[in-house]
Amino acid sequence: MDLLHLVIMAPFIYAGFVPFLYKEGRQIHTGWLVVMLPIVLFSTFARMIPTIANGETVQKDLAWIPSLGINFTVYVDGLALLFSLLITGIGALVVLYSIYYLSKETEALDYFYVYLLLFMGSMLGVVLSDNLGVMYVFWELTSMASFLLIAFWHDREKSRYGAQKSLLITVFGGFSMLAGIVLLQQITGTFSVREIIGQGDSITTHAMFLPAMVLLLIGAFTKSAQFPFHIWLPDAMEAPTPVSAYLHSATMVKAGIYLVARLSPIFAGQAVWFWLVAGFGIATLFWGSFNAVKQTDLKAILAFSTISQLGLIMCLLGLGSAAVYFGLEGNNVLYTTATLAAVFHLINHATFKGSLFMIVGIIDHETGTRDIRQLGGLMSLMPITFTIALLGAASMAGLPPLNGFLSKEMFFTGVLEASQLSLFNMQTWGILFPVLAWLGSVFTFVYCAILVFKTFRGKFQPDKLEKTPREAPFGMLLAPLILVALVVIFGLFPNMLASSLIGPALASILPQLLSPGEIFEAQLSLWHGFTPELWMTIGVIAVGTLLYLSLPKWIGLYRLFPQKLALNQAYDQMLIGLERRANQVMRLHMTGLVRDYLVYIFGFVIIIVGSTLFLSNGFVFETDHAAPIGVYEAVLAVVMVIAACVVIFSKTRLTAILATGSVGYMMALFFVLFRAPDLALTQLIVETVSVALFLLCFFHLPKLKKEGSSLSFKLTNLLISLGVGLVVTLVAFASFGTNGFEPISTHFLETSYKEAGGLNVVNVILVDFRGFDTLFEIVVLGMAALGVYVLIKLRLAKGDEP
Amino acid sequence: MKVNDVILQTYTKAVAFIILIFSLYLFLAGHNQPGGGFIGGLMTSAALVLLYIAFDMKTVDNMIPIDFRKMVALGLTIAVFTGFGSFIFQVPFLTHSFGYFRLPLLGETELATAVMFDLGVYLTVVGGTMTIMLAIAEDDD
Repeated sequence: MDLLHLVIMAPFIYAGFVPFLYKEGRQIHTGWLVVMLPIVLFSTFARMIPTIANGETVQKDLAWIPSLGINFTVYVDGLALLFSLLITGIGALVVLYSIYYLSKETEALDYFYVYLLLFMGSMLGVVLSDNLGVMYVFWELTSMASFLLIAFWHDREKSRYGAQKSLLITVFGGFSMLAGIVLLQQITGTFSVREIIGQGDSITTHAMFLPAMVLLLIGAFTKSAQFPFHIWLPDAMEAPTPVSAYLHSATMVKAGIYLVARLSPIFAGQAVWFWLVAGFGIATLFWGSFNAVKQTDLKAILAFSTISQLGLIMCLLGLGSAAVYFGLEGNNVLYTTATLAAVFHLINHATFKGSLFMIVGIIDHETGTRDIRQLGGLMSLMPITFTIALLGAASMAGLPPLNGFLSKEMFFTGVLEASQLSLFNMQTWGILFPVLAWLGSVFTFVYCAILVFKTFRGKFQPDKLEKTPREAPFGMLLAPLILVALVVIFGLFPNMLASSLIGPALASILPQLLSPGEIFEAQLSLWHGFTPELWMTIGVIAVGTLLYLSLPKWIGLYRLFPQKLALNQAYDQMLIGLERRANQVMRLHMTGLVRDYLVYIFGFVIIIVGSTLFLSNGFVFETDHAAPIGVYEAVLAVVMVIAACVVIFSKTRLTAILATGSVGYMMALFFVLFRAPDLALTQLIVETVSVALFLLCFFHLPKLKKEGSSLSFKLTNLLISLGVGLVVTLVAFASFGTNGFEPISTHFLETSYKEAGGLNVVNVILVDFRGFDTLFEIVVLGMAALGVYVLIKLRLAKGDEP
Repeated sequence: MKVNDVILQTYTKAVAFIILIFSLYLFLAGHNQPGGGFIGGLMTSAALVLLYIAFDMKTVDNMIPIDFRKMVALGLTIAVFTGFGSFIFQVPFLTHSFGYFRLPLLGETELATAVMFDLGVYLTVVGGTMTIMLAIAEDDD
């Protein structure tokens, strides 16, 4: 356990205290007590910047399940550090903002901050784990936490719908990613990203390489809302705005980006990777920005804008991977531009989108609506909010001198360069990249204009608003102010982050391009001359302005798209169909009759065990090393058979219960005879307790009745019971006759005292050697107990309802 | 269940405590002799069930005011935290350790961390079985 492990666990541990803090400190907002944690974590990570900037990395191991190669290895390099800083930094600002956004009187703040902290911890786990197995666990935890956060206002139907949608889609991706991880492990024999990268080119020739890549990419695409999986993100906007700002712009949706960047050293240089990542990225960029324009809800505009910006980063990562193809020869610096732009835009997007989300939250909070058809003319009423929104949106639209401008110019450089590449068929299709990129940027400009001008300019319509708008309190403005200040600072002094954060991050995405000890010298500059990129930007501004001004004339085009083909429609239909089919299947076998279930279970036992025995020639009958049968055994066996028969023919329940119990007691006596006191003891007590339980259960039941059952009914029963008896007997004989394997008992007998200090082998196995099994068994026991309790009590509480 | 049986009650008073003490012995002896958390727990529940059968529910609830559902939670918590305890010593989850100590009165005694895990098992078993039993037994209206 190292400090770094503690840093990841800290939010989880702290989350445990939040309910108490909430209860004790009712008079102050719980957020004030929570905000300290991300600040402390942020400073912890900030102190690591100099180390990482020197090109060093930090690695701390902690064995978790060593036998499966799953170790909680924390690995900090440029990429992980960059993400950690984003998670904790934006996290602190979001918590600060939420203090003013969520009222302490009406909201369940304890739940909110517990979920938020769970999310923060899981996200840190994702970006800091080197082990893919561990990373997957945290990955799914982020899905869970985001589900809880989206459904925070769970009394609203849309919240529940959005939460379910996001969970279904991201967990679907998660499962596919798990399959990809397992395949990678099968290929390389390790879960560690470091070691997989270390194996180099030998992986790429493996037959399973391509499936593994595609499966992992599905995971990344669903999480990062890439086309066509993007449909969950707009619905996730039902979450409280601080959550949207945090999860759906700055952190969680970037987990997919992170994954692609993290795995780039393994997959980059492959044509499939290049086309999939860059292709889906550019498609998402275009589709997201195109759809953002038609939205009327401010948050929906931002949601589609996030989709499009994530597509942009994804596309850049794909284009950048071409650099690996060229290797160290030649002027490879040229090709790293795309990756550099991806990393830079990642930071920039977090700053401007974070601030924009917070601004939208403020507008919602102060006016009671987010609909641009009702808003307008807020500029003079909310001047500070307006300024922040203007700067954020201008940066998003890529206007100088803000940071969005820089990354957008580099994006153009990237696509222009990529279109001239002489590989992966880029000569024929490459021209699509600059075209789509440019079109996407034009639409980005248009929706940025809509976002700002439809809200703050135009006619003020106070009658359509629920509240009288006025400027938000300073505390609420503080977080977006800080973010927007960063937007300006990063724009004016672009090299501030170049060597400390961007360079190291670049080094972890493209390690192949560096010789040991070398570091990336990233150079960013605001003015880069009259290049094609600048002309493209000027074109964007000109065409964008034109389109914005003529918006009413062409907005009707969107209505031409057939609704039937919409992805959302497909998703809903799929869900309905799935439910209907599941119901059909369930009605088929869940008849509610215990007999049916037993017939299924026993039937399967007979078929599967019997056929296995038959097919594998497993049946052996040997009596060579059998012990002689003594008088006691014979007597016990006879008594057991008689007791079993009594159960069948008994007239009252009590007799049946007692007869069943005596079969169990006889079994215990067998254990005594064969010198297994521990088992005998267990059997005795289990039998006693279960007889008591049966008596309690049957106390209220009516007397047994003779039921007139048909002959076929009886015959099936007879057939099944004979079948089960036969199969079990055969298996018993066969297992006795086989001596192919050395019994495991010798191993336990030898080691139980030496390794666990216990003479009782059974107990040593239970608590020491197989303690994990026992742990889950008692969990099952506890669950079962609570399940029984709930079933009985719930029924009582509701009266006579079934 | 309402049973009023003087002989049963008189005997139960003595027998239940003998069983309880025996179950405690079983629990502690578990590491080296037959016994352990599972058996000890079941034995304890058997004693409690006997009490519940002999006396009515209210009397026993007054005698041992324990919420068995909380006991399940407590047991599981103890078991899981024993597992986590091994992290402090940089060893995998649920690694146990043992040693021999000279204790006053008891002399040379073996102490094993496994016993703490077993305590979790014990509490869960008692809590679980009793929760089921009581839920079913109470359900008579």
